[in-house]
Amino acid sequence: MPKDTSAPATGIGAATKRREDIRFLTGRGRYTDDINLRGQAHAHFLRSDVAHGRIRSIDTAAAEAMPGVIKVFTAADFASAGGLPCGWQVTDRFGQPMQEPKHPILADGKVRHVGDPIACVVAETLDQARDAADAIVVDIEDLPAVIDMKAALAEGAPKVHDELTSNLCYDWGFVEENKAAVEQAFRDAAHVVSLDLVNNRLVANPMEPRVAVGDYDFATDMHTLYTTSQNPHVIRLLMGAFVLGIPEHRLRVVAPDVGGGFGSKIYHYAEEAFCTAAAKALRRPVKWTSTRSEAFISDAHGRDHLTRIELALDADHMFTALRTETYANMGAYLSTFAPCIPTWLHGTLMAGNYRTPLIYVNVKAVFTNTVPVDAYRGAGRPEATFQIERLVDKAARELGADPVELRRKNFITEFPYQTPVAVVYDTGNYHATMDKLLEISDRAGFEARAMESQARGKLRGFGIAHYIEACGIAPSNLVGQLGARAGLYESATVRVNATGGIVVMTGSHSHGQGHETTFAQVVADMIGIDAGQVEIVHGDTANTPMGMGTYGSRSLAVGGSALVKAAGKVIAKAKKIAAHLLEAAEGDIELKDGTFSVAGTDRTVDWGAVCLAAYVPHNYPLADLEPGLEETAFYDPANFTFPSGAYACEVEVDPETGAVEILAFSAADDFGNIVNPMIVEGQVQGGLAQGIGQALMEHCVYDETGQLLTGSYMDYAMPRAEDLPLFRVDHSCITPCTHNPLGVKGCGEAGAIGSPPAVVNAVLDALNRGGHAVSHIDMPLSPARVWAAINA
Amino acid sequence: MQSFDFVRPSSVAEAVAALGAEDAQPLSGGQTLLPSMKQRLAAPAVLVSLSGIAEMQGLRREGDSLVIGGATTHATVARAARTDFPALAELAGNIGDPAVRNRGTIGGSLANNDPSACYPAAALATGATIVTDRRQIAADDFFQGLFTTALEEGEIVTAVRLPIPQRANYQKFIQPASRFALVGVFVASYAGGVRVAVTGASGDGVFRWTEAEAALSDRFAADAVTGLTVEAEGMIGDLHGTPAYRANLVRVLTGRAVAAAG
Ligand SMILES: Cc1cc2nc3c(=O)[nH]c(=O)nc-3n(C[C@H](O)[C@H](O)[C@H](O)COP(=O)(O)OP(=O)(O)OC[C@H]3O[C@@H](n4cnc5c(N)ncnc54)[C@H](O)[C@@H]3O)c2cc1C
Repeated sequence: MPKDTSAPATGIGAATKRREDIRFLTGRGRYTDDINLRGQAHAHFLRSDVAHGRIRSIDTAAAEAMPGVIKVFTAADFASAGGLPCGWQVTDRFGQPMQEPKHPILADGKVRHVGDPIACVVAETLDQARDAADAIVVDIEDLPAVIDMKAALAEGAPKVHDELTSNLCYDWGFVEENKAAVEQAFRDAAHVVSLDLVNNRLVANPMEPRVAVGDYDFATDMHTLYTTSQNPHVIRLLMGAFVLGIPEHRLRVVAPDVGGGFGSKIYHYAEEAFCTAAAKALRRPVKWTSTRSEAFISDAHGRDHLTRIELALDADHMFTALRTETYANMGAYLSTFAPCIPTWLHGTLMAGNYRTPLIYVNVKAVFTNTVPVDAYRGAGRPEATFQIERLVDKAARELGADPVELRRKNFITEFPYQTPVAVVYDTGNYHATMDKLLEISDRAGFEARAMESQARGKLRGFGIAHYIEACGIAPSNLVGQLGARAGLYESATVRVNATGGIVVMTGSHSHGQGHETTFAQVVADMIGIDAGQVEIVHGDTANTPMGMGTYGSRSLAVGGSALVKAAGKVIAKAKKIAAHLLEAAEGDIELKDGTFSVAGTDRTVDWGAVCLAAYVPHNYPLADLEPGLEETAFYDPANFTFPSGAYACEVEVDPETGAVEILAFSAADDFGNIVNPMIVEGQVQGGLAQGIGQALMEHCVYDETGQLLTGSYMDYAMPRAEDLPLFRVDHSCITPCTHNPLGVKGCGEAGAIGSPPAVVNAVLDALNRGGHAVSHIDMPLSPARVWAAINA
Repeated sequence: MQSFDFVRPSSVAEAVAALGAEDAQPLSGGQTLLPSMKQRLAAPAVLVSLSGIAEMQGLRREGDSLVIGGATTHATVARAARTDFPALAELAGNIGDPAVRNRGTIGGSLANNDPSACYPAAALATGATIVTDRRQIAADDFFQGLFTTALEEGEIVTAVRLPIPQRANYQKFIQPASRFALVGVFVASYAGGVRVAVTGASGDGVFRWTEAEAALSDRFAADAVTGLTVEAEGMIGDLHGTPAYRANLVRVLTGRAVAAAG
């Protein structure tokens, strides 16, 4: 059917509403916890309540005799299973592979963090499983816990893993060859500015906690795992090949509607392997649903870096060198992608937006008796950006320079730009985003607003940050050299039905991003039909091509590019069919608004007629062309994409209480081309909320014995709408990505990357303007911390 | 949550009788008790619901006092006390979120005596009388430290009688995570003098700041307390604030409450 050109646009660039919201907002979403299989049993994990201990014995007899109990599992039941694998191997400064400890499904010999699963009861009902778990008698010899990273590296510190030589996972240097030159540049510098800072540990807290339902059909020897995952194919590969020894064609992994992930649902978790294995052992479906309290002690945490960073400048305030030393907390085990976050997703971003010619990054990854730490929205890039943007701000204050001008002076302006930390920025225009930011944030009017605050006894401050992000980590052959044990392509199948409607099977996964809307817009736009004719299928390994899933703002840049490739193949074939139907040469066929025409003539055939001919090939070039209209493509990007942007935060500090109020927050981003501006704005706003949460409120804290002090929302502070201003979000500065077909860059993490330094810079600006010479406050800038800094 | 029996009496007398059972516990709004049962930190054998007892519901004016039934929800107080006692209505309207306010009750809050709860500050600052199924207890005697009150086993708070102040205000500085009071100060001014009660701050629970009361009874002005100092010793120190920070908030919020009370 030709497109009705009077209808509202639904293609690329249209701010169409999200089709998935109809089911999400009316309670019709189908989440993993909504799945209840016939004969299903319930799993409840007994978790360690101490941070470090040796398991002397586990007595399950009493529990096993409790009503409804089917079986109590311990490590002994998984003797033949592999451990949970790590998907990235980092090589240290000395050319040695990182230390990689075993990660059993259930604690084997030792418990290593509060929340480490010791045993699991499977029972007829969840309450019976919980009751029985209380009856398991575990005798644990308490061992001293290591929580502080520097203490963990001290001589003679207790070891988290007895089989390793120390608690050091790796000592990474980047670029090691630059080290001497960097040190020389510091000796030659006119100014050196340094800063010690903490990137606070966070808990991802997606709205939906994790869930796993394992199923096994002995008649077909098929395993199925329903799970809250951002990448079901990756889970199938890791769990099948490394943990349970199930070939991929005997294992189906389904991640249906997923209520947010923010990174925490990328990883392969013990509970997934447990439910899959237990379903086979018991020949019954086995379900586990995390409680919120359990999520705090079993979902991978984020951030937790301790850094000293230094910047060398010449007499003209040009940056000449940068060096950092970071301690990165790995927690008790290596989560799936943990080693890569503080290295390749962090060290490679240390140039920021600046022409710093010499950079050296040192990272020591450390095991501690805490929950494993892995990627969380931004993953490595927020840590890099926070360091750079805090340090540049501090440099401006110490040198008496304007923070905007100091940045501008050092901006990279020519592209492609080879950074000294391996990556090549293909495009960008940082002055443009800075100009746009100053306009939308009305920096010019700030002084007047500050006076007005002063009259009310409040301190007003204005903080700037500029960020660079690297999305769509790639290409696969490069990441392989860097230690990735996986490829980083994406896939799509475009299946055209006989009546012209289209089903797209993507390897990306949507858990809040809105792919069902945007991916449909892309395909519809290419063909010139209404987006309503395109359906997006994702999340089930049984009906989607092998894909790497969704994280790192990669879906449109990588998954969308695979989609464009596959749709391009479909269009190429459809043109051949149209040429046959129109009795014209293939080269003369044009496709516009869903209609094929012969160039220069009024002869046309519409999209639907071509699709029908493909499946009812009565009048069809069968000798030359297969029937059907369905194509698959895999896309492996040539490079990362590099979104960038300028952020400004305006705050008011109450000097008597230390309370910080965000009055305005402006974001001027360059995401390349935009498919759906409304969705982009939503992604930025969500990221800003999380970044502001990190800057002002969120903090995951352990005491020295390894007890989690912030194990619930009574103590872990999440931002709410009332804590946030109305955001001013602009993405009109566009430098299209040069190497993917859509010219898109990715927008999912930007808000969380650029906002923390803008907020902290704003608070420090307020304090310093108010006469309080405070050079740094560690996040979160709680009222108590701000007050303490004022009164130090 | 472990299994329990549930009874829903329609009079105080029936409730008292039901509470005679072993391991029986009153259930009011359940906003404190149910979460602790779900966490398996509490496992009463019998829950005696107070929500069906008509005589424990609602507000009524009695002379210069406002009498509030023990099972009256925060939402009802926020609505119905607006004219007679606006400071109390505002306090109730800022407890938790709408769900908490629609279920949680004044009797439950006072009986629980959470060191960060709001109502204890109002009761103490107004010199309220806590009415139970068997006696009347002055607020000054009722609160006895963290989660501890003068209530006996099975004793029910049936109502609270609060003398209405001439001027009053409650300043709540929220703990960023729980949004209970990190520190809350209730200032109430009467013909006979001023009372100041502080919640959230002290390791001993809600208390009266008598120096401020004396200074404000002398001169009811925000700057009357500026020169006073609050001892940090004995204040709560945790993730959300040191004792010194809480001590500072006590003074700052008292001044603000006075200013807001007008
Ligand atoms: C998310 C959240 C936020 C909250 N925020 C705040 C806040 O900002 N400020 C604040 O002050 N509170 C806050 N609360 C607590 C809330 O006000 C509770 O409602 C209150 O503390 C308990 O009242 P309840 O009626 O729910 O009591 P329940 O939970 O039913 O009972 C609490 C305890 O008191 C006993 N009890 C109940 N009623 C009586 C009675 N009449 N006589 C004798 N004993 C009784 C019960 O046996 C139980 O031990 C919050 C709670 C939640 C869940």
